[in-house]
Amino acid sequence: MKRRLRDLPPALVMLVPSLLLLGLWTVYPLVRAVQNGHLSCDVTGRKCTDAGWSQYWRVFTSQQFQDSLWVSVKLALMTVPFGLVLGIGLAVLADKHLKGIGVYRTLFSSTVATSVAVASLVWFVLLQPEIGVLSDLFSRWIPSLKNPGLLRDPGTALPAVALSSVWASLGFTFIVMTAGLQSVPKDLYESAYVDGAGSFRRFTNVTLPMLSPSILFVTVVLTTRALQTYGEVALLTGGGPEPEKSTTTIPYLIYGKNSLISGNLGLKSAAAVLLFLISLVFAIVQFRGFGKRVHYGR
Amino acid sequence: MSVSGRGSPTVRFVAQVRLEHISKTFGVGTDLVTAVDDVSLDIEHHDFMILLGPSGCGKSTLLRMVAGLEDPSAGDVFIADRRVNDVEPKQRDVAMVFQSYALYPHKTVAANVEFPLKVRGVPKAERTMEALRAADVLGLTDYMRRKPGQLSGGQRQRVALARAIVRNPAVFLMDEPLSNLDAKLRGDTRAELVDLHRRLDSTFIYVTHDQVEAMTMGTRVAVLNQGRLQQVGTPQEVYDRPATAFVAQFIGTPPMNLLRPGMLGGDVAQIGVRPEHLRLDPVGPLQATVRQIEHLGHEILLISEIGEVKLIARVPPHLAVPVVGDTVGFNVDEAHLHRFDVSTGERLP
Repeated sequence: MKRRLRDLPPALVMLVPSLLLLGLWTVYPLVRAVQNGHLSCDVTGRKCTDAGWSQYWRVFTSQQFQDSLWVSVKLALMTVPFGLVLGIGLAVLADKHLKGIGVYRTLFSSTVATSVAVASLVWFVLLQPEIGVLSDLFSRWIPSLKNPGLLRDPGTALPAVALSSVWASLGFTFIVMTAGLQSVPKDLYESAYVDGAGSFRRFTNVTLPMLSPSILFVTVVLTTRALQTYGEVALLTGGGPEPEKSTTTIPYLIYGKNSLISGNLGLKSAAAVLLFLISLVFAIVQFRGFGKRVHYGR
Repeated sequence: MSVSGRGSPTVRFVAQVRLEHISKTFGVGTDLVTAVDDVSLDIEHHDFMILLGPSGCGKSTLLRMVAGLEDPSAGDVFIADRRVNDVEPKQRDVAMVFQSYALYPHKTVAANVEFPLKVRGVPKAERTMEALRAADVLGLTDYMRRKPGQLSGGQRQRVALARAIVRNPAVFLMDEPLSNLDAKLRGDTRAELVDLHRRLDSTFIYVTHDQVEAMTMGTRVAVLNQGRLQQVGTPQEVYDRPATAFVAQFIGTPPMNLLRPGMLGGDVAQIGVRPEHLRLDPVGPLQATVRQIEHLGHEILLISEIGEVKLIARVPPHLAVPVVGDTVGFNVDEAHLHRFDVSTGERLP
C-alpha cells in the first residue's frame, strides 16, 4: 500500500499527456454539451436562459427527434447485419491459400482508405438517374432508379444511403474478420472434418464461434457509426427527400443545413447528448446480450 | 510386412490399415519437398502401431493421409481392405486425436464429446448416453458441464480421447497426443492409453518422436527417417536388431555407440554397440579416455572418447569407478555387435 502511494506522483506525471488530451477533446466538450443542453436561446442565439433538465425530455419526446431516431435506428438495422454478413462472407472467401489471394484482400479492404466524402460521391454518381451506371444497368428491373432515382424516392432514399454506408465500412469489417479468421487454429477445422462435419457445420461450429469476439466488436462499432451517420446523408440526400425527411438522421437533425434546430445551441446540444446516451445504451445492450455467447481464446 | 505371434495362430486378421507405396510431395515446380517417400506398411487389427521418427520425418503426414486430411501424391491407402484414397474422412471409420486436442472452446465437455455423433444425426437421447459412456471410460463424468478452458491439460486430453472413442471407430489416429503434458502426467497417461487400447477392440496408430512412448505403448513400431520407412517390428525387435544405423542410434537411451570401421579388428563395416554391452576390461581392444561420469544411482554412465568417436558405457554402480581423464579399456562380446554397411547404413547379416 505504501509503495503504491509512493508511486502515485510519477504515475500522475506520466498520465498527464493523455489526461490532458482526453480532458481537452473529450471530457470538456461533453461537459459543455451537457451544460449547453439546458440553455434556451432566442432566434439570434445570443440571449440564452437556463431551461433546466426538462429540456432534454422535451427534445427527446419531440416529433422531429423521434422521427430522426427512427431513421437512425432503421439505418443501423439495414447497415449492421448487411455489413456484417458481407464482411464475414468476403473474409471467409479470401481466407484461402490461393495464388493471388492478396489481390482480393487488397481490393476488399481498400474502402478503409476511402473517406465518407469520396464514397458518397462515388455512389451519388453511380445512382444518378440521368448518367449513373447503376441506373442504366438495372432500371429495367428497378424503374425507380431512373424515375425519380433511388435517392429522390422517399421509400428508397434511406436504403440507398445504407448501401453507400455499407460499402464504405466494408473494408473495416473485412480487415477485422480476416484477422479474426487467421487466429482460428487449423486443428479445429481438421478435427471437425475428420468427425464428419461438412463445410456448413464447420462454419457454424468453428468459424462463427471463434469469430464471436470480432463480430461483437464490429457490431458495436458499426452500430455506433450508423447512429452517427452524417456525411453520407449530407452529401447524398441532404436529409431529404422533402417533405418526408426520410433520411434525416439524428446527427443531420443536429447539424444539417436544412435542419430546424441547427441554429439553436440549447436544442442541438441536448440532441447531441441524447444521441450519446442512445449510442451508449445500444453498446451496453449489445455487450450484455451478445457478450455471453462470445468466447475469448481457449 | 506382417507379424505373427499375437492372437490365435489359426485366425489371420486382414490388415486393418494398409499403405501401399505411399509418397507425398509438397510444393510446386522446383520447390518440391518429399515428406513421405514410398512407404508400405500393414497395420493389423488391434495393433498399437507407433510411427516413430525425428521431427520432419514424415510421420505426421503419413497419419494425416490415413485420416484423409492429405491426399497421397502416389500410392494407395486401404482401410479394412477398401481403397480409401478418394473417400472423405467421415466415411473412413477413423477418429483422430490432435496434439493441441482441438477442443471447441465454446462447447461444454458434453457437447464436445457428442459432436461427432451430432454430425452423424444420432438422436439426442442416444447421443447423451454414448457421451456419458465415453466420459465414464475416461473418468470425465464430473466435468461434463465445464468448458475446455476450465480444465487442466490432462483433463482436456481426456476429453479429446473421449470425443474419439464415442464414435467407436475402427481406427484411432493420434498425433503426439502427450507432448503438451508434463512429464509425470505423460507417464500416467501412457499407462492409461495402453489400458484403453486393451479394452477397446480397435486399431491405434500413434505418431510420436519420443522413443520411450514408442517402446512402452506400441505393439509394433515403424521407424521413419527423411520420409523413408527404416524398420517395422515389435519394440524389442527394433531395439535388438536395428535394421539401419539410423534406427540403432535413434532407439535407446543413451543411444547405440557407432564405431568407425577398423576400430575393432579388421572389420570393414560400421560397428554398433549398445552402452550396456560395453564391458570394462583393462586389456580390451577399445582403449578410451574418460570425459564425463554420470551417476544415476542404479547405474553409472561412463562417457569417454577414442579420438573423435564418443563411447558411452553403462556400468554397474558398485564397480571401482575411474575418474575423468583416466584411460579405460572396454571389451564386447561378438554376439552383441551390430554391423552396418558404411555407405547405405543398412544392417549387415
